[in-house]
Amino acid sequence: MLTDEIPEGLSVTTRELTYVKAFNEGMHQVMAEDPDVFLIGEDVAGYGGVFHMFDGLLTEFGATRVVDTPIAEQAIIGLGVGAAARGLRPVCDLMFMDFVGVAMDQIFNQAAKMKYMFGGNVSVPLTITTAGGAGMSAAAQHSQSLEAWLAHIPGLKVAMPASPYDAKGLIVGAIRDDNPTIVVLNKKMLGVKGPVPEELYSIPFGVANIVREGNNATIVAIGRMVVEAEKAAENLEKDGISVEIIDPRTVQPLDIDTIVTSVKKTNRVLVVHEAVEFGGIGAEISSQIQESAFDYLDAPVTRLAAPFAPVPFAPILENAYVPDAPRIEAVVRRLLERK
Amino acid sequence: MATPTEALESVMPATRELVLDLHRRMVRIRRFEERAGKLVESGDMPGFLHLYVGQEAVAAGVCSALTDADQITSTHRGHGHAIAKGADFRPMFAELYGKTTGYCKGRGGSMHIVDMNRGMLGANAIVGGGIPIAVGAAFASQYRGDGTVAVSFFGDGATNIGAFHESVNMAAVLNLPVVFVIENNGYAEFTPQDRHMKLTDIAERASSYGIPGVIVDGMDVLAVRNVALEAIERAKRGEGPTLIEAKTYRYFDHQGIKGMRILYRDPAEVEAWKTRDAINLIEAIGVERGLVSAEEFADIWAQTEADIDDGIEFARTSPDPDPVDILDDVYTT
Repeated sequence: MLTDEIPEGLSVTTRELTYVKAFNEGMHQVMAEDPDVFLIGEDVAGYGGVFHMFDGLLTEFGATRVVDTPIAEQAIIGLGVGAAARGLRPVCDLMFMDFVGVAMDQIFNQAAKMKYMFGGNVSVPLTITTAGGAGMSAAAQHSQSLEAWLAHIPGLKVAMPASPYDAKGLIVGAIRDDNPTIVVLNKKMLGVKGPVPEELYSIPFGVANIVREGNNATIVAIGRMVVEAEKAAENLEKDGISVEIIDPRTVQPLDIDTIVTSVKKTNRVLVVHEAVEFGGIGAEISSQIQESAFDYLDAPVTRLAAPFAPVPFAPILENAYVPDAPRIEAVVRRLLERK
Repeated sequence: MATPTEALESVMPATRELVLDLHRRMVRIRRFEERAGKLVESGDMPGFLHLYVGQEAVAAGVCSALTDADQITSTHRGHGHAIAKGADFRPMFAELYGKTTGYCKGRGGSMHIVDMNRGMLGANAIVGGGIPIAVGAAFASQYRGDGTVAVSFFGDGATNIGAFHESVNMAAVLNLPVVFVIENNGYAEFTPQDRHMKLTDIAERASSYGIPGVIVDGMDVLAVRNVALEAIERAKRGEGPTLIEAKTYRYFDHQGIKGMRILYRDPAEVEAWKTRDAINLIEAIGVERGLVSAEEFADIWAQTEADIDDGIEFARTSPDPDPVDILDDVYTT
């Protein structure tokens, strides 16, 4: 169970929503607040989105603001780029994160670069929503975690909510942000429940969440791995091992300071993500940790991530592919064995 | 690319003001490009340029039908569109020289010239990259109901890329106020049209999307303007996009004046197109119809020359950017 810190000023609530409903509530509230926000994508209007992220928006806001498109990812994102350059706040849905490839030019060559290439004269307040992650037997082209690609592009921001509270706060934050931002939901977390304030709120980008405090080891967890890390931490607690869990929330901008502060306290760190290990965001985080906290480390910075293969279909293979709580626990124990 | 056979003349109506306006736009493009091209060839200016010489009537004709509030997107060959839309020479030369006083503060260069005050949403170095963006600009026009339109300029080569297909279909089905202008100069980089598609008239592709396709002689600026006006009016009436194919030609190579020195074009073909020069035509019309005198036309050339001298001097004496600022404007804060 996640324990999110609800900042001062927001109502302390016992109301729980699912991850997808929290996101949906954020969409409703931010669209009600700002008439420049519109949503386009495949099956977002009539169907409410394949994951029901967008339920009820067409009814509430009408067909001018909630638009179904042909299957045409380059045109969907490009339309968002052009509309954003003219001052609207588009939300463009890419359904599955694996589809970023189809729209990649508009994302990384156009949206990300226009501010800089045009000498600051154009802003692109575009939000792209999508769903990533494995564990649903959706196979290689519907299960990827590609945040490392996106975080690598100057000009883009990338958010990866790991709780219902974050799902609402980060989509609101992304839409209000004047930069091109991608919000990557995790499709296996859609039914996860958690406390969500009723009012409209946003979460700042580049501020990590200390999900759990501890002293013996730090786990930096990305996306759904936060949930798995929590389960591992509960088990380790029974043996008196106290683990600190950091959720960066946004991999770009990355709050490395919070991570380094934790590593300086615990001296041992594991970075865990669903994405392939080679060239994953864990590589960047590890590199930055050892640059800033080398003398504090009692063990090498360790990563736990997917092997260098596409996501396999057979459940027995997919289960072996994606990191989970038992494996996280095993790595932490090994980290602590090193003197 | 077929060598043109029909005689070039225009029966389009023209007023004195219109002829002067169109002539001025075209002469400004022509001389800017020729002189900028020489500056890069001599090494005075960095980078490489894709020059619009020969195609002036397309940019001038279309942009003369637009206001500053209407948006255009462009290509790697974007100086012509920028100038036709009203961009000034000083910030243009400054940008090509990489100075802080350039349209992009020296960060973009030739292929990323932008002038938001004139509705110029940027040149684009990715073939077809600007087409979806124009669709978005048109979406904003429709969303706001502000009566503006968007125009996307691109070449014959770009009509083969997926982004073209997606964009035209998207604009058609959403009924957006956008005009797609194909500048068919017969070549996709160094490959002639008959080797990159089976069609001769690209406007035929319009029927695939359920929208009108119009062919126009791209050397006749009055004809270009007229088809543009019709398409713009259609868009403003809420009838959706039009695909215009302007048959035109670039006198210089894909990039630069001497280009890569690959002789992929027959010199006779180049010369044949030059006999149909758009600027010569508008001058002939002006003089023959008693609208504008030869001296007045000569004044426009002279004034343009002076403006270019001024632009180059401004650029050369402008400050260079400071590497300390290299991270500025990666993000909007």
